[in-house]
Amino acid sequence: MQAALRVSDTFAPATLDNVIALPAKTQSTQATDQSTLMPWGEGQEEGLTRPAPVQPVKPAERSLLRFITCGSVDDGKSTLIGRLLFDSQVLLDDQLAALKKDSAKSAHTDGEIDYSLLLDGLAAEREQGITIDVAYRYFSTPRRAFIVADTPGHEQYTRNMATGASTADLAIILIDARKGVLAQTKRHLQIVSMLGVRHIVLAINKMDLVDHSQARFREIDQAFRQHARDTGFTTLISIPMSAKLGENVRDNAPSMPWYTGPTLLNVLETADVAASASQQSARFVVQWVNRAGADFRGYSGALVSGHLSPGDKVRALPSGQTATVARIVTFNGDLDQAVTGQAPTLVLDRQIDVSRGDVIVADDGTAQASRRFDADLLWMGNAGYDPSRALLLKIGAKSVPVRLDTRDMTVLNITTGARVLGNALNSNDIAQVALEADTAVVAERYADSRELGGFILIDRETSETVALGMVKDVVTAAQAAEPKGEAEDANPATHTRWITKPADTRWRSFAKAVSWRATGSVDTFVLAYIFTGHVKTAAAISVTEIGTKIFLYFFHERLWQWLAIGRQDKGSKD
Amino acid sequence: MTTLSHLAALEAESIHILREATAEATRPVLLYSIGKDSAVLLHLALKAFYPSKPPMPLLHVNTTWKFREMITFRDQRAKEVGMELISHTNQDGIARNIVPFGPTAGIYTDVMKTAALKQALDLHGFDVAFGGARRDEEKSRAKERVVSVRSEAHRWDPKNQRPEPWRLFNTRKQPSQSLRVFPLSNWTEADVWAYIQAENIPVVPLYFAAPRPVVERSGTLLMVDDNRLPLLPGERPQTKVIRFRTLGCYPLTGAVESHAATLPEIVAEMQGARTSERQGRLIDHDGAASMERKKQEGYF
Repeated sequence: MQAALRVSDTFAPATLDNVIALPAKTQSTQATDQSTLMPWGEGQEEGLTRPAPVQPVKPAERSLLRFITCGSVDDGKSTLIGRLLFDSQVLLDDQLAALKKDSAKSAHTDGEIDYSLLLDGLAAEREQGITIDVAYRYFSTPRRAFIVADTPGHEQYTRNMATGASTADLAIILIDARKGVLAQTKRHLQIVSMLGVRHIVLAINKMDLVDHSQARFREIDQAFRQHARDTGFTTLISIPMSAKLGENVRDNAPSMPWYTGPTLLNVLETADVAASASQQSARFVVQWVNRAGADFRGYSGALVSGHLSPGDKVRALPSGQTATVARIVTFNGDLDQAVTGQAPTLVLDRQIDVSRGDVIVADDGTAQASRRFDADLLWMGNAGYDPSRALLLKIGAKSVPVRLDTRDMTVLNITTGARVLGNALNSNDIAQVALEADTAVVAERYADSRELGGFILIDRETSETVALGMVKDVVTAAQAAEPKGEAEDANPATHTRWITKPADTRWRSFAKAVSWRATGSVDTFVLAYIFTGHVKTAAAISVTEIGTKIFLYFFHERLWQWLAIGRQDKGSKD
Repeated sequence: MTTLSHLAALEAESIHILREATAEATRPVLLYSIGKDSAVLLHLALKAFYPSKPPMPLLHVNTTWKFREMITFRDQRAKEVGMELISHTNQDGIARNIVPFGPTAGIYTDVMKTAALKQALDLHGFDVAFGGARRDEEKSRAKERVVSVRSEAHRWDPKNQRPEPWRLFNTRKQPSQSLRVFPLSNWTEADVWAYIQAENIPVVPLYFAAPRPVVERSGTLLMVDDNRLPLLPGERPQTKVIRFRTLGCYPLTGAVESHAATLPEIVAEMQGARTSERQGRLIDHDGAASMERKKQEGYF
């Protein structure tokens, strides 16, 4: 009951009615011959019959929902997705025949159809009986098209789940009703929360194995809500279900009359996930400078937030030059207005400095280019972070060399949520760290923009993607240039570090060693000549000294970099 | 507020991918197999770079066993869009008389498609190849990345793929590596047809039902496109109203009996379809792991 009440907060009753009426409506459209096409031998009660395919409803009006499923193999996750595919009739006869054949071969079933086999793509994984990567699945109903990211609750789970969650509007977190909220459930919650998924469905699965107990459902629902309290979700709906039996997946379950809320498919079809990005200030990421002939110069890219029209004043970043939008060109003709998500080509009224990776923004002062920011980082490389390796930052369409400042890095314990100071980053570790790019890039807080707040790090030597990150806080050029920390009001703890504690890279330390040694050795030569009167001896002393002291200085410098003794700002971290 | 429709969102995503990979490529190429997916991919490329022409040639790996109508359509389409068309055939395979039936049937795909593709990519030094593969086509494709790194030998390593969060594609590669890029990864067969209809994209007439000469061989309707296909004893071509859901080499491509002769009819037929499109592809029938093996060896 409780879940149902919460649901009505987020779902307009009228919408809900429509959805509930939907299977009945579809039944009548094309009922002929469905029984003969039914490949299913058993379980053909009223509720389980496949509805006939619905006539296409203007595909142009259908929206897209991307969601992720979180849970371990044992929670019946693959079975749930397989069931969704089956219930939305995405499965075709030859696929079903193959599924039946595979189910019979599989050692994990006792003759029943194993829906999970639909999801386990690669041969090696099938043999192990687990999925180990991110797989994408597609199905649709007359209302919506769905893209499902299926990620494992096993090896590399953090990395894969984060990848899947990065594009998800909604997450289904699975719980085995017999086991309740586990440590892994908390991890799943942490990851989807960090990746900015704002809509959660808690699927309390295997209700058939706990006698469809309402008390058990409530107990788990409440325990979960306790943990989810501070994770900033917009909606959270708990549904008792059995994926295997199809209970509350598409159809309501007669076995649980006490549950009057929506089924899983109802929620997926009606969840209001309209992005707020369209309401925000315009950001246009330039992907490609379009020179079609001598007279045409445009910027092909993606409008990742806001809208743009001809006549709008814009600013190119990082150059800072301004111009006015002259035309918005597309293959299907010029647009009067480009909206969030579109990928047109902008023509400006004058020549300004814009190249690939730059961002054209509304000239309202809300965007700035910056070299420095703090971020949540998830290390994905198989090898851990190695400070000696050169990294590239890719954000938007820009790739620039970047350096991590790990001196104040904190590493998250994903199960407890606690953060501890640390300087090692291993595969699947999540840390809060500072980054400094070689040149200014347009970065925004991830909470404000997934498109300009999410980034990846690439190892320049191997070209592999080694981390993903989310910008927490941007240090603007103005703030960084301030001589003292007084100007930073928002978050002095993170900002002042850059001013009071400029970081020296190894290269800088080395350069300092060389420049100091050159000065010093000239001095030594002069002194040695004065004392000995021999040019040769003086030269020998100073040359020998160059070789030895350069290294002594370098290590001495690095030692002091490492020592915290006498530093001013250590206390400000907390 | 304004939210893009499903098809508009897919289109924007594909255009984004095309531009990202092209912008960072040295010598990109669009693999054009003449089918419906290629038709959509080409259309998206025209859109992505408009008013410029897509800055890449079209590459067709010609096994010499394609339907004649496909080749006619290919040449006409390339001329219309004004892009360079490279047709590549594995001459070594021709010399060895590798044909899609008889004793060489088992190695035909490897030689005339996979090896031919690798030859063409190496010959022209293409470092980024766009293909129209979709993840919904086949199980092993569901896990392949949008940007798929291939080794010097063009091999795919499913165990060692780059994570692809958001739509931040890592298009960097080692000098010996190349990239296969799949802008239609998130499209389904139904999406492809709906888009072809919405955008009025030209496709090969073989997709539309018409009376055509066919023989039935082990449950599959094969079109007798020319006299190179040896008929088995007792086989006699009959005229049936058929169309194709997928197009490839004619001796390997099964037709379906259908009267869907227009796009709306095809879309309607699709909604009620009870078999997947790959059902008509004889190449996939040797089991779930076969496509994965082919892909590891460099097949698209």
